[in-house]
Amino acid sequence: MDIFVQQLVNGLTLGSLYALIAVGYTVVYGILQLINFAHGEVFMIGAFGALTTSLVLFKGNTALWTLPIMIVGAMIASVGTAVLMERFAYRPLRNAPRLAPLITAIGISIFLQEFVRLNYNGIPQLNWNPLGLPDAKSRLPFPQIDVVTGPAFEVGGVTIQRAAIFTMGALVVCSVFLWYFINRTKTGRGMKAVSQDPDTARLMGINVDRIIVVAFALGALLAAVAGVAQGLQNNNIDFRMGFLAGLKAFTAAVLGGIGNVAGAVVGGLVLGVVEGMATQYIPGQFGGPPWKDVWAFVLLILVLVFRPQGLLGAKAVDRA
Amino acid sequence: MCLGDDQSGGTVHQRSVVRIGASLIVASLALSACGSRSTSNTGASDGKKIAKIGVMAPLSGDLSSLGLGIQHSVELAVKQANDSNAIPGWTLQVEARDDEAKPDVGKNAATAFAAEDNMAGVVGNLNSSVAQSTQPVLASAKIVQVSPANTNPSLTQGANFKTAPLRTYPTYFRTCTTDAVQGPFAARYLFQKAGIKKVATIHDKKAYGQGLVEAFSGEFTKLGGTVVSAQTINPDDSNYQSVITKVKPKGPQAVYYGGEYPQAGPLSQQMKGAGLNVPLMGGDGIFDPKFIQLGGGAASAGDLATSVGAPTDQLPAGKKFLADYEKAGYKEPSAAYGAYSFDAANAIINALKVSLKDAKDVVSARQATIDALGKVSFDGVTGKVAFDKFGDSTTRVLTVYKVDAAKADAPKWIPVNTEEFK
Repeated sequence: MDIFVQQLVNGLTLGSLYALIAVGYTVVYGILQLINFAHGEVFMIGAFGALTTSLVLFKGNTALWTLPIMIVGAMIASVGTAVLMERFAYRPLRNAPRLAPLITAIGISIFLQEFVRLNYNGIPQLNWNPLGLPDAKSRLPFPQIDVVTGPAFEVGGVTIQRAAIFTMGALVVCSVFLWYFINRTKTGRGMKAVSQDPDTARLMGINVDRIIVVAFALGALLAAVAGVAQGLQNNNIDFRMGFLAGLKAFTAAVLGGIGNVAGAVVGGLVLGVVEGMATQYIPGQFGGPPWKDVWAFVLLILVLVFRPQGLLGAKAVDRA
Repeated sequence: MCLGDDQSGGTVHQRSVVRIGASLIVASLALSACGSRSTSNTGASDGKKIAKIGVMAPLSGDLSSLGLGIQHSVELAVKQANDSNAIPGWTLQVEARDDEAKPDVGKNAATAFAAEDNMAGVVGNLNSSVAQSTQPVLASAKIVQVSPANTNPSLTQGANFKTAPLRTYPTYFRTCTTDAVQGPFAARYLFQKAGIKKVATIHDKKAYGQGLVEAFSGEFTKLGGTVVSAQTINPDDSNYQSVITKVKPKGPQAVYYGGEYPQAGPLSQQMKGAGLNVPLMGGDGIFDPKFIQLGGGAASAGDLATSVGAPTDQLPAGKKFLADYEKAGYKEPSAAYGAYSFDAANAIINALKVSLKDAKDVVSARQATIDALGKVSFDGVTGKVAFDKFGDSTTRVLTVYKVDAAKADAPKWIPVNTEEFK
C-alpha cells in the first residue's frame, strides 16, 4: 500500500509539471489552432531566467525570500520570449497555410535551444559576458532554496519531497488563477469569445491580436513556474530539458482534449500517474522504468481511438 | 501583405543576385580549401615535414569537461615533443574534432581523419559507444587509435571477450584499463572492504554503463553478495523518482551505477532526497568534480567511484604533468583522463620515432607505426605504458575515490584505496 501511495505521489508530482506546461499548448491551440512546438523551450528559458536571477542578484544566497523574485525573473524571461516569438515569428504568418507556422514553431524551438547552449554566457568568441554567467553547454546546478528543498518528509512510510509539495501547490495556485482569469475578467472572456469565433469577436470590438498575445503570455507564465519547479526537483537544468517535457506536455494536452484548459490539467495528472504506476505494477519483461513511456503512449493511443476528443472533450468547432 | 509583394515583384533581379552570391561563396570556399591543403603539404617554414595527431572527444555538451581535458593534454604532449625535437625532420600538429559523444558524429570525425594524408595517429574517443563506430573507419585506413578512456572490454577483445577473446582491430590500443577489471574491482571493494552484502544496480543502457554493471554484478554475486534490484534509466530523463521508489523497498546497502556524471549526480541527489541514504558507487565516468556539483555538494558525501590508475598527483611523474599542464595555461582543467591522454599521445609519438625515422611520408609509414606501437614500453605519467596482444594496457592499477565533505562548502574526491588488480 505504501508503495502504491508513493508511486501516486511521484506520479502526481510529475503530472503537475506536465499540467503546468500543457496549459500553454492548449490555450494557444484553442485560439489559433496552432501547435506551438516551441513552448517546451519557453519552459526551459523560464528555468534559465530563474537561475540567472539567482546568480546575478543573490550570488549563492538561497534564502526562501529569494524564491518569489526568482519566479518573477523566470516569468519575465518566459513571457518575453513568448511575446517576441508571437510578434516576429507567428504574426507575419497569421494568414498563411497552417503548415507554415507549424514548421516555424519547430525552427524556433531549435533556434532557442541552440541560442541558450551557445550564448547563455554572452558571446564567448568576443569574451563578452557582462553578467558573468556560466557556460550552458552542459547541465548547470540549480540553486537549492531553503525550506522548499532539503530532507524529505516521511508520512507513514511514504516519502514526500519538499520540491514535490512546491510543484503540486504551484499547480493548485495556478489553476485557481487561470479559472478566475478566464471566467471572471474581461480579457479572459475575450479569450473565450475569440476561441469560439474570431471574426465575430472582432466585430464585437475585441482586439484579436491583443488576445493572442495574452494567450501566449498566459501559457508562458505557467511554463515559467514549471521551469522553477523542475529546477528545484531535479537540482539541475540544461538547454535540452524543454524537448522531452514539451513532448510529454503536448501529449497531456491531447489526452485531456486539446483546446480545453481543464483538460490539460487533468491530462497532465493522468499521464504522470500512469507513468508512475506502469513503472511499479506492470510485471516482468514489459514493466519497469524503461517501459514507462511506452505505456504512457499506449494510453494516449487508446484514448484517441475510443475518445478522439480527449478525456474532457476538445473544442467542438474546428475551423480548419 | 509584404510576403506577397516579394513574390510578385523583382523576382528576376533577386534571383540573379542570389546566384552570383552563391557562386561567389562556393568559389571562395573552394579557394580557401585549396589554400589550406597546399600549406599543409609543403610543411612548416623550417623545411620539416608534418605529421598530425588527431583528437576525437566530446568538445561540447555534457561531457565536454572531460573531452577538453583530453584535447589539451594531447596538445601538451605534442608541444613538448616538438620542443625537444623528438622526431628529427618532422613537426607534429594536433587536429581536434568534436564527436559530441555520439557514434554518428564520431564516425564523421574519423572519416575526416582517415582522408588526411599526414594523419599519423588519433587519440580518442572518450565513450566506448562512439569508439565502436570509429574503430572500423580508422582501421581501414591503417591509422593507429589510442583511447585514453574507453573501458568496454569488447573494443579490444571482441564481442565474446569472456569466452573467446579475439582482437578485432589491430590499429586500436588503450592506455586505461577495462570494465572487465573496473567492475569487479568495485565489487571487491564494496564486499570485502566496505562490508556491503546487498546492492542495487542501475545503468543507462549505453555500452559503457551496461558493460560495467554486468562485470560488477558477476563478481559481486560470485563473492557471495546479492543484487537485490537491477534497474535501468533513460539517459534523457532528469527525474528518477520512479526508479528510486522501485529500488528503495528492497533495502540495498549501496547502489552501483553504470553511466556518467550528468545522470549520476542528479540520481545521487534525488536518492538522498527521497530518503534512500546509501552511497552511490560508479566507475570512472562519474569520477569528476561536476558529479559533486550536480549531486548537491555536501549531500553527495560518501559516494564512491573507481578510476583507472593511481591518483595522478601521487606519482612524481604525474605531479610533473599537472605542473606542466598548469604552466601551459589551458583554460579547462586536465580532468579525469588528462594524464591518460598525455600518455596516449606519447605512446603514439614513441611509435612515430621508430616508424617515421626513414619514412618519406606518413601514409607509407602507417603499417610500421602499428607495429611499433604494439612494442612501445616507457614510463608514463600514469605508470608503465605498454600494450598486450589485444592492445590493452598491461598496467591494471585502480583506485577507489570517495566524496569527502570534511569541509562542507568544498566537498571533493579523495582517494581511499589504490591497488593492483589480480
